[in-house]
Amino acid sequence: MDYLLILVSTALVNNIVLVKFLGLCPLMGVSSSVSSAWGMSLATTFVLTLSALLSWLIEHLLLQPLDIEFLRILSFILIIAAVVQFTEVMVRKASPMLHKALGIYLPLITTNCAVLGVALLNINENHNLPESLMFGLGSALGFVIVMVMFAGLRERLALANVPALFTGTPISLITAGLLSLIFMGFSGMI
Amino acid sequence: MLIATLVLTLLGLTLGGLLGLAARFFAVEEASPIVKEIEGMLPGSQCGQCGFPGCSPAAEAMANGSAEVTCCPPGGRALAENLAKLLDIDLSTLGETAEPQTAVINEDLCTGCTRCYKACPTDAIVGASKQIHVVYADACTGCNQCVDACPEDCISLISEPVTLTRWHWTKPEAA
Repeated sequence: MDYLLILVSTALVNNIVLVKFLGLCPLMGVSSSVSSAWGMSLATTFVLTLSALLSWLIEHLLLQPLDIEFLRILSFILIIAAVVQFTEVMVRKASPMLHKALGIYLPLITTNCAVLGVALLNINENHNLPESLMFGLGSALGFVIVMVMFAGLRERLALANVPALFTGTPISLITAGLLSLIFMGFSGMI
Repeated sequence: MLIATLVLTLLGLTLGGLLGLAARFFAVEEASPIVKEIEGMLPGSQCGQCGFPGCSPAAEAMANGSAEVTCCPPGGRALAENLAKLLDIDLSTLGETAEPQTAVINEDLCTGCTRCYKACPTDAIVGASKQIHVVYADACTGCNQCVDACPEDCISLISEPVTLTRWHWTKPEAA
């Protein structure tokens, strides 16, 4: 039950993108079509969950016993970069088209602050291993929901008659703001 | 201090090793050998006159049949015929190839700004700063890049003049 609660609360109530405002770069960058948004968010899901798990292990098996917690950010970034590189190799093998569509955004998952944010929040909130796994998975799920929803909205926006002043990024930002307001409505639910 | 350095080094080495293994294990086979071979035959000046962003996408398109072998103007007839032989295409179905063209510099207008020879992908333009440049026709592939680079508009592309060795009977009109 506890784990389910963590999953729902991170996916919806404390959504990593629209409530904590982490990982906005892919939200704006890769959301112009639903299919690339799916690819990007699934790749990020993989990286987020795996790096949440690995960073917990590094923290509790390496950094804390050796009393070198000050290396936390550095070693987490190292882990994340390695996981991203691994994901890129996998995606290139599994689907070259997706690899071409994601382009520069795939290596940019490394600098997606949501990934590092989740790893650090896990440590701050003293989660144990399954909890931090759930936290990572929940955040990733929230990321997928928001990315796909936003990409769908933007695909419709592309056909809509938007005033010239607002075309392109401005209308996307306004949409993202409204979407964020909606997600704020979940606060207090848990 | 020592422990921190050691731990980070070890962490980096382990992750690097794992990634190296993964790269070998999940290696992607490079483009098919025929694409490589076609790309080797193309001029390689990435001029984009075929409508593809460069020679390697064009080679890929030729290999899978979505582009004509005659689509490369710098390569001209000779390249088209070689490619047709390689890809087993009947020479008589090739159709017209664009005449190979070379750039010429109008010496009256050239100011010796050196911009064209910086733009030239095949090093076919000789000259120096404040000296009139000249196109070395044998090396020129007619890729058009110097024409865009010239601020004086003094470069033009011309077909090679007809000489005794190049002259041939005009083809009969198609009915």
